Amino acid sequence: MSTTRDIAILGAGMHPWGKWGRNFVEYGVVAARAALADAGVPWRDVQFVSGAATIRNGYPGQVAGATFAQALGWQGAQVNTSYAACASGSQALAAARAKILAGECEVALVIGSDTTPKGFLKPQPGDRPDDPDWVRFRIGITNPTYFALYARRRMAMYGDTLADFAAVKVKNAEHGLSNPNARYRKAFKADEVAASPIVADPLRLMDICATSDGAAALIVSSLAYASRIGKANAPRVAAVSTVTPSFASALVEMPDIATDSAIAAPAQSFRAALPRKAYEQAGIGPEDVSVAEVYDLSTALELDWMEDLQLCARGEAAHLLRAGETRIGGRIPVNPSGGLACFGEAVPAQALAQVCELTWQLRGQAGARQVADAKVGITANQGLFGHGSSVIVKR
Amino acid sequence: MNDTVAGCNAQPFLEGWFTLDAERPQLLGNRCVACGTVYFPKLKSGYCRNPDCDGERFEETPLSRSGALWSYSNAAYQPPEPYAQVDKDAFRPFAIAAVELDKEKMIVLGAVVAGVGVEQLKVGMTMELKLGALADGKLTWMWAPAGAQA
Ligand SMILES: [Zn+2]
Repeated sequence: MSTTRDIAILGAGMHPWGKWGRNFVEYGVVAARAALADAGVPWRDVQFVSGAATIRNGYPGQVAGATFAQALGWQGAQVNTSYAACASGSQALAAARAKILAGECEVALVIGSDTTPKGFLKPQPGDRPDDPDWVRFRIGITNPTYFALYARRRMAMYGDTLADFAAVKVKNAEHGLSNPNARYRKAFKADEVAASPIVADPLRLMDICATSDGAAALIVSSLAYASRIGKANAPRVAAVSTVTPSFASALVEMPDIATDSAIAAPAQSFRAALPRKAYEQAGIGPEDVSVAEVYDLSTALELDWMEDLQLCARGEAAHLLRAGETRIGGRIPVNPSGGLACFGEAVPAQALAQVCELTWQLRGQAGARQVADAKVGITANQGLFGHGSSVIVKR
Repeated sequence: MNDTVAGCNAQPFLEGWFTLDAERPQLLGNRCVACGTVYFPKLKSGYCRNPDCDGERFEETPLSRSGALWSYSNAAYQPPEPYAQVDKDAFRPFAIAAVELDKEKMIVLGAVVAGVGVEQLKVGMTMELKLGALADGKLTWMWAPAGAQA
């Protein structure tokens, strides 16, 4: 049954992550042309352009689908723009999948691109007590605080150590070393992580990911179209989960200063809900997964994700890490691309970058970072405002 | 941080979010009359967020003054505005606590009182609510290890 709900990934393309200081549209066009070339699909054959939006690039960013369609040359395709914070790319992919499965188009371009603003992200000026962002900054709670609280909780509950968190960074740095699209390609050592300044105890500067410029694009199609152009064996998107959280929230989520009260409804983990829906859609279980790309906004968060993806029991992620099982060559490699540790976050492109990596892994084209015989890959990410996603790719 | 917490001129940084009782301050939330769900900050929309509740009546409720330390961190660098700024050299890192309130079944964040660093905190210990002053003299709620000198 699941076969009929799959779509094919014909092409993947990226603009390298970095701090390039140029317009996000330029990066997007580079990624789109790379994906089209990879797919062997002419631009004029694309019938639907699904853009992942970003607020911080202003009006053109908020109408990303049309912006990229114009930059590539208007050719009358249907168009859509999705905004879902860090999950914008996955929602754009979900829109393309729905359009294809509904028979309204055969080939779609899914695209996201970002240029980071200069300077530190901070709230607008003026007293705004109804804005949780204003309240939390007013009392001194910044973004790293949240990741630090989750990390410290792991240390207290499961015995994770600072050395474990550093080991995640070292592993991802090794993975990303040969990735031409990664921004940071340096073999960081554990003592370098330990020597970096504490930002939010227990996390150090090198435990926390940066923000980057970058773009990622996919060409997706119906299975019939893929067969017609001789790509019946292309990797397939088997699930796109974009569920909301369920009340009551179990964790304090940025930018809130409290969880929901679980007096009338049980506390539930949002992160765990995202892959659960993806597995259900795909009819695939965590035991089938060969490789995972997860949102390591912090080193410790990668360990949380492994458990949320059910790659191991709750509290056991660090055991897998220490045994080398999450390295390339291990039982379940995590973030073979190098993850956010090597990329830095380019919000509307990041969820698509995760799918690009899985596409190359499943085709066996990942070069030095290839996961042997990868058959099923899963992504996971979570962003602001109750947005998150998990995508399953299989071959 | 200013130690003269309950000075007669001290004003809260937000009105109606917590009581100004110098010894036993309390956070002020509201509670859905229909299902009992407590909101902090107070829910202002007028519509309960429990998906199985259509409650539209809320009453103000003070939150428990103490709870178990769920996790903690600190701000090693001065947070950006609107955090009240001091000279870079005058900034002292401060701890931050996430405290789990048993009765309300919720976790509430807050800075930890001046003079208590992360090395004095342990997950599971009992924390209680205190008042403390931000650098501009405005009062906010803060967490402190239970029984510690405020
Ligand atoms: Zn209610």
